[in-house]
Amino acid sequence: MATDVSAYEEMIKGLWRDNPVFVQVLGMCPMLAVTNSAINAVVMGLATFFVLVGSSFLVSSFKTFIPKQVRISLYIIIIATFVTVVDYSLLAILPAIHKELGAFIPLIVANCMILGRQEAFASKHNVKYAVMDAVGMSGGFLIAMLALGSVREILGVGALFGVDLFGSNFEPWVIMILPPGGFLTLGLLLLFFNWFTERRRQFLIKVADADRVLAVEKVDAQGVKDNG
Amino acid sequence: MNTTNTKVQNQEPSSRRLVMSMAIAGFISGVIIIAIYVLTFDTIKENKARELREAVFKVLPDLSHMQKLHFQDNKLVIVKSDGMDDEMIFSGYDKDDNFVGYAIQGKAPGFQDTVHILFGYLVSNSTITGMQVLDSRETPGLGDKIFKDMDFVNEFVNLPMTKNIKAVKKGTKTHDNEIDAITGATISSKVVVKIINQSFNKWSTRLPQQGNEPALELQETKVNQQ
Repeated sequence: MATDVSAYEEMIKGLWRDNPVFVQVLGMCPMLAVTNSAINAVVMGLATFFVLVGSSFLVSSFKTFIPKQVRISLYIIIIATFVTVVDYSLLAILPAIHKELGAFIPLIVANCMILGRQEAFASKHNVKYAVMDAVGMSGGFLIAMLALGSVREILGVGALFGVDLFGSNFEPWVIMILPPGGFLTLGLLLLFFNWFTERRRQFLIKVADADRVLAVEKVDAQGVKDNG
Repeated sequence: MNTTNTKVQNQEPSSRRLVMSMAIAGFISGVIIIAIYVLTFDTIKENKARELREAVFKVLPDLSHMQKLHFQDNKLVIVKSDGMDDEMIFSGYDKDDNFVGYAIQGKAPGFQDTVHILFGYLVSNSTITGMQVLDSRETPGLGDKIFKDMDFVNEFVNLPMTKNIKAVKKGTKTHDNEIDAITGATISSKVVVKIINQSFNKWSTRLPQQGNEPALELQETKVNQQ
């Protein structure tokens, strides 16, 4: 049995190392469709969060009862039930937000990131890890949505969360809130993310090399001392 | 951890078991969906009705009461039902129960989906007193300015309706019956104008003579908003 440290790792990996959007490039449909303002992106991220954590919990709890021949259909049933619950709850509790997201909520069912997590992780791990993984993955998804939504809203409207940033002199880049802006921003963010990861990797290699050199020197010094 | 779980499913399960597990999952999911539908149904209906009522009080000035009217057999009949159809309008009354004006609804296809709007109309001086978008799926950030851009919405306050209104390019408005369209959302702006013209032309002949307005019977009082 692994310790709590590895449960924490399951969670943290979704935020950065295995980020569903920037690394796995999953869930592109909602990613591009609803990120035209930061608030839409956050609500979509939260709805996805609820669905992913809920269905990961259920799939992991019932994994021994789910025959593997029909597992995909069962996952879809579970996910679809959660999505319907979210859809009606939003309509009842936050009608204004539902108006904004309208058509995209039912599309969470088809978010391949959610199905992917069930198939790749929740169905093979126990409940605790499955939930931690779901929290991390949907957290990473939320962060990515927020990043994309903020960039597009700032450039496309000149505001963030509806708060005007630049005053009336700013001419908004209308293209940024239209679909092409989504693709552009996503491409640039992916570029930045990969550049940063590569830089970090190079840095870690350098550190490791320096460590090795140090260790070798130490051993050498030790050897000299022992021999002497 | 992985190996122990896969062992359980190594032998082939019978088709009956496969069908049963699907059926059970489907049944449970159905029960949950029905439950959430029943639980939220009243709230959702209430939200919609309240939204509509608030819109009526927004498009007509100094309202205290309103009632629903339905056009049937060539006259307006007062109705109380919750339903809503295209032949329905609203009449508004001030605090002394005097008739103020009508709130007329209309819809037409917009840039993406049907745009549904409500506007207030004063019969006495033939002006439009305000416009509210009830339902639309226009492009967020562009087309949705038809209800988010207050400059545009306010153009429909005290707009004389002596002849059909027209949407013109922003800044080129020269006549009283012209509306400055929103830059980048010309289609959506034109749709709003089109709906108002259409519904106005449809209803102007149907409304009773001035002075013969239906009296207040089934009153729906303004919800107190602080």
